[in-house]
Amino acid sequence: MSQNSIKTPLGSVRGLGSAKEGAGHFIKQRVTAIALIVLVPLALISLMGAVQGGYEGAVAYVSNPIFAVVLLLFTGTAFYHMRLGLQVVIEDYIAKHGTRAVLLMLNTFVSIALFATAAYCIVRVGLSN
Amino acid sequence: MADSELNTSRPLSPHIMTWKWHVTMATSIFHRATGIANYVGAFLLVGWLVSITLGEEAYESFAGLVGSPLSLLVLFGFTLSIVYHFLNGIRHLFWDAGTGYQPKTADLTAWVSILGAVVVTVAIWAYVLTQMVEL
Repeated sequence: MSQNSIKTPLGSVRGLGSAKEGAGHFIKQRVTAIALIVLVPLALISLMGAVQGGYEGAVAYVSNPIFAVVLLLFTGTAFYHMRLGLQVVIEDYIAKHGTRAVLLMLNTFVSIALFATAAYCIVRVGLSN
Repeated sequence: MADSELNTSRPLSPHIMTWKWHVTMATSIFHRATGIANYVGAFLLVGWLVSITLGEEAYESFAGLVGSPLSLLVLFGFTLSIVYHFLNGIRHLFWDAGTGYQPKTADLTAWVSILGAVVVTVAIWAYVLTQMVEL
């Protein structure tokens, strides 16, 4: 930047970071992590019960309102957390612009599709039993 | 300048040929690896939910698929991956809060993450498998 530039030093570097954002991502990753400290044990304990009784047992668990809400919160938070995590992995290892953009988009689509599917199944099983 | 005290006593950045293996390094690598593994494992969880939604027949074929000895090993690995990422994630949150950086503390918590994950995972599967045998 030349001394005579009309831009301030801050103005001339803004938006030039590697991912164009950072602190927001950092905070989201931590907030979801803190939520998962509670949700992971709850989900694991519930799943340990849900896998024991065959089909009937699984249906009974998923239709249980408490387990259903735990599962919805867990899948929502965990899948968002893993989307943020894989984003960093992609940004770290894939330097090629096109490939990186495609993978980042795919990461978003896949994690949202996983949650949409999970949420639909949980609600559907809960409402029909 | 090249031979000055200032230059020679400065810390060198880690070099691939002189890098000594260390447990804290392993936990860092494991954290990323288990994070990726958990992403893959999410498909299993969603697959299980889909099979419940589709009905008993779909559930039984899904259960048959993941109930084989080899698949149970995969499920055991997935559980280990979740529990490890969970325990080591707590370690990362303490670092973010600014504590736990002392080499001795970092080494100790590294081993707690690794061994704790193994112990908890074995306990979970011992419980699940014994409950299933009783049924």
